[in-house]
Amino acid sequence: MLFLNKTQNARDTGVIRNKLKRREPLTDTAFLLTITVSLFIAIYALAIVFLGDKGFSKIQMFFNLFNENAALIVIACGLSIVMITGSIDISVGGSTALICTACIVCLNKYNFNFFTTLILALAIGLAFGTVQGFLIAYMEMQPFIVTLAGMFLGRGLVALIEVNQIQVANTGFEALSGARIQIPFLGDINKKGIFIQSKLEYGVIVALIIVFIMLFVLKKTKLGRSFYAVGGNAQSALMLGINVRRTKFNAHLLCGLLAGIGGFLYLFHTRSGSVQQATGLEMDAIAASIIGGTLLTGGVGNIFGTLFGVLTTGIVLLVVTAIGSQDPWWPQITRAAMLCFFIVLQSIICSRKRKKL
Amino acid sequence: MSRNSNRLDTDRSVSVYNAIVKHSLFIPIAFLVFLLLLNIFINPSFLIISLGRDSNNNPVLVGNLINILSNATELVILAIGMTLVTSSSRGQDISVGATVAIVGGVIMRVLCGSETQPTELHAPIIVALLLGCLAGMACGAFNGILVAKFNIQPMVATLILFTAGRSIGSMAMGGLKPKSAASFGYYGNFIPGFPIPTPILITIAVILVTVIALKKTNLGLYTRSVGINDKASSLNGLNPARIKFLTFVILGLCVGIAGFVQSSRVQTVNPYTIVPSIEMDVILAVALGGNSLGGGKFRMSGSIIGAYTIQTLTSMLTTLNVNTNAVPVFKAVIIIILVAIQSPVFKSFFGNKAAFSRLTAGKGKERG
Amino acid sequence: MKDTVLTMRNIDKSFPGVRALRNVDFTLCKGEIHALMGENGAGKSTLIKVLTGVYLKDAGEIHIEGIDKPIHIKAPQEAQKLGISTVYQEITLCPNLTVAENLFIGRTNDVFVDWKKNNSRAENILKGLGISAKPTQQLSNCSIAVQQMVAIARAVDMECKVLILDEPTSSLDEQEVAKLFALMRELRDRGVGIIFVTHFLDQVYQLCDKITVLRNGELVGEYQIKELPKVELVAKMMGKELEVLAEIQNEAQSIRGDSKAVIIETEELSSVSGIKPFNFTSYKGEVTGFAGLLGSGRSECVRAIFGADKVTGGKLRIKGENVNITSPIKAMKKGIGYLSEDRKRDGIIGDLSVRENLILALQVMKGFFKPFTNAQSQAFADEYIKLLGIKTPSADTPINSLSGGNQQKVILARWLLTHPDYLILDEPTRGIDIGTKVEIQKLVLKLASEGMSITFISSEIEEMLRTCSRLIVMRDLYVVGELQGEDMTQNRIMHTIAGSVS
Repeated sequence: MLFLNKTQNARDTGVIRNKLKRREPLTDTAFLLTITVSLFIAIYALAIVFLGDKGFSKIQMFFNLFNENAALIVIACGLSIVMITGSIDISVGGSTALICTACIVCLNKYNFNFFTTLILALAIGLAFGTVQGFLIAYMEMQPFIVTLAGMFLGRGLVALIEVNQIQVANTGFEALSGARIQIPFLGDINKKGIFIQSKLEYGVIVALIIVFIMLFVLKKTKLGRSFYAVGGNAQSALMLGINVRRTKFNAHLLCGLLAGIGGFLYLFHTRSGSVQQATGLEMDAIAASIIGGTLLTGGVGNIFGTLFGVLTTGIVLLVVTAIGSQDPWWPQITRAAMLCFFIVLQSIICSRKRKKL
Repeated sequence: MSRNSNRLDTDRSVSVYNAIVKHSLFIPIAFLVFLLLLNIFINPSFLIISLGRDSNNNPVLVGNLINILSNATELVILAIGMTLVTSSSRGQDISVGATVAIVGGVIMRVLCGSETQPTELHAPIIVALLLGCLAGMACGAFNGILVAKFNIQPMVATLILFTAGRSIGSMAMGGLKPKSAASFGYYGNFIPGFPIPTPILITIAVILVTVIALKKTNLGLYTRSVGINDKASSLNGLNPARIKFLTFVILGLCVGIAGFVQSSRVQTVNPYTIVPSIEMDVILAVALGGNSLGGGKFRMSGSIIGAYTIQTLTSMLTTLNVNTNAVPVFKAVIIIILVAIQSPVFKSFFGNKAAFSRLTAGKGKERG
Repeated sequence: MKDTVLTMRNIDKSFPGVRALRNVDFTLCKGEIHALMGENGAGKSTLIKVLTGVYLKDAGEIHIEGIDKPIHIKAPQEAQKLGISTVYQEITLCPNLTVAENLFIGRTNDVFVDWKKNNSRAENILKGLGISAKPTQQLSNCSIAVQQMVAIARAVDMECKVLILDEPTSSLDEQEVAKLFALMRELRDRGVGIIFVTHFLDQVYQLCDKITVLRNGELVGEYQIKELPKVELVAKMMGKELEVLAEIQNEAQSIRGDSKAVIIETEELSSVSGIKPFNFTSYKGEVTGFAGLLGSGRSECVRAIFGADKVTGGKLRIKGENVNITSPIKAMKKGIGYLSEDRKRDGIIGDLSVRENLILALQVMKGFFKPFTNAQSQAFADEYIKLLGIKTPSADTPINSLSGGNQQKVILARWLLTHPDYLILDEPTRGIDIGTKVEIQKLVLKLASEGMSITFISSEIEEMLRTCSRLIVMRDLYVVGELQGEDMTQNRIMHTIAGSVS
């Protein structure tokens, strides 16, 4: 059985053992999550063992995984939520680029400070979420088309604001974004023998807080459960008394808010903005969600899995860069191969479960 | 079909009006006409086609219309394939842009070998075309297997090639960016001495083949049948997996032809910038044509008209000197308006109030 | 005189080109089980949807106990709040949520979810109703029957004044039906008014106090069960004479398969569906039937013959020739036709026209490169629309606009068009009005007399007794007996299924 093999290879977790003992079929969500987490642990472990000398044994490597992906984590959370509802949002890359560019212009020319910039970012994200949510939920337009338009709009507006690439030239903001949290007790010894403490960006803390909040929302609030219901069977949800339209609207609104936060984190990390920025970000977020166990058909998904989807993609890319040649095409091809693996795996497991009924 | 009206004369004119407005091709045609009129308003000489001379003194047809018709080639060809895929597999193939890059890469490799500026073609054009089409069909087969055999949703399955395609195209060219010999350019531009741009001829040929295929085979019926209800279709003797696979391979063939034309236009390929975001335009064309993105019935003529409409829009914006990067903004606004008009909620608000019951539990048309 | 809990008066509802309800009245009393019956196109479904807020009525008034003014129900949630609960034929729950969640979701205004409380409450409800499911189980991991019970449990828990059950017993076996009825009686005694929409005559007489009959969108009448003999009810629903049914009985007696030519013969045939290897023979011009409880394997046997399920062992001979049927198209080409059990899922191709649905099977047999011309397919459509009396505005109407009975006729026409040697009809009369049922049974006998070999499967034993000359009895995926001639009585069948000696 595929499932058992995977768990034999991964490190034991009490959860898995308990579930096997109870002999109760796992919910789809739990099942897929287990696989994703196990894979991450397995790959990282192997990387430490075999590629330790290429930097994988350094603790900073682990923290960098988070540092580089804080924005993506938040955005992928938003995307998972709409995917759980059975919808999709491919505008996040465009809105991120817009947020970065608009905020930089405001920081540089109009001397915005940290808070006003944050508010601007959130406003842009919410604007996208509100308009798209309205069109999808209340006008019953197809999500793909609406958010495609959103993506076009976002990127296009960037070009209208500023065609060239721009950088943040606001000292206050730069100082804040350059700040790092020093992790106590953890660090690596560099070539000169000096102990350097591990550093974590503040954005990561924000991302993790968001993850935990979303976990709570999805598991413990009526709003979150209604996302699952609508995604599982919208007709049934309607019959059960759930306001399907409002639920879909809320999902997009939330995704927009998270896209706003994510866009801000992106700005915080890169300090630059351009027309081509964050191209493909939406696909990365979707891929991370899928790898994390969210089904595009809706009704199944979890934030924890999405987090690991981002991390797993991150670690695999690092491994590929470490062992691969310098040809520029390998990272994307590896990403695609990973996605292929997970997609096929999901489909095999789901169809097996269906046959057992 | 309203039997409630009693007055015959107004009934007849109302029904003629209804027949026109509710026809599924109304919106794409109306919008196209609107765009053309707008173009004429901005530039009264918009529709003028004249016979000019190119740099080698060959006769060539010139004019805005000609440009639109020629530039729409890739979009039309891809829209045809995408319509079939959407219909039978109930989803979209978002990898078409990336797979065009693969085809372009293969063609360039065949024609240029490892030289960056060859003066002669390394292989006959027909070989390049065939290999390009094979590459396209191979991509189609890959997507097709994932969708047909593994039952993966089309958008998810094609996400894979979407991610990897352009990189694979770059790999096919060995990281080089060669420019082929000039004679390859005939297919994307003009064949010396023949005034009609070759892409237009290619488009006509593809449309003709499509019409024949739909009339002389059961491709249309089987595709729709599988798209609407694949369980019932299989109990009628159809093989849904095979049909879905076939539609993806057909789309792959379309990608091959489109890639061939595209690379011929400038005789060079940059896999990362070739046909940027064309997948979105193609899907839009299909949707504009009145086809449901959720699969089932389709109207090929709608997709074709949709493709020309999108091209007209793009062309119009370029003529108005809108920055290339800002063009998508206008597309976005127009898309929203168009699809909003087509949405059932909008229709019930302004049109037939009796025709739609909101929040139906089953299919609204069920009686009893 | 019991108090009324619900009254509907002068209800009108129209759709484009169709007058679904015309001046319909309906009254429901407290503590009563009230059957709502009528053929397809009668308006039962529409009336229910008007009551539950799925459709908006065009005219008329609805009053519910406890509220003086007439109520206007604009959405399903409103109906729920007023105390009207519905359990539909198709499971209207969310398969990806747990049982407990399905019981409670959408009912409270609490922002937060208390899993512990929900799970223990669910546990109590499930135990109280004898439903074998765990609160934390994902609904899609439960059987269809259990899913239905959970849907009913939800309605029950919501302490409704009016409980509507729309064809709840179609997917349940006898034990489950008995449990459901016990539950319904319990609720009736508590004072709930129950509307029971069904086609099953026996169940109505077992359970209900009153019955309302609709026909063609109009009210035929409201009757006390005690005062209405079964045959009279049937007559009212059909608007026909009683002799018609008796007629069929006589015909069946006289037509028996005399010809000994063997069309189909299976030898130890088994498939992935789990049926045990079975032997079956069908002669030319003979009508055979498969009797047994839900899940006994009747459909599975014929599906194996047709190639709809993968065969795992045994042999199949068609007209003496050994064949290997790996897919439906092979069976079709050998002269087998199969009208499947679930018309909506496996039969109709919804958005395609009547004509396209009709020619589909024959078209597939003809091949990919040989499409019928418009003239040819129109000729076929005209022929069968006339032959079977299919009521449709035109041959180009999408089939999903037709009523259930007419849809079934189109599918039947589809298979007749292929002129099969052996035709399998799996529940051809399910969910269909009595008028069409009779037509189909008559047609079966006619075709058999013309030499077609037919297998007729029905959950209503009388139908099979009327049309079949031989019955294969099944239990738990085994063939346990074969009855013909004088042995073909309801009694003998029951006993054979049960495995006891009569």
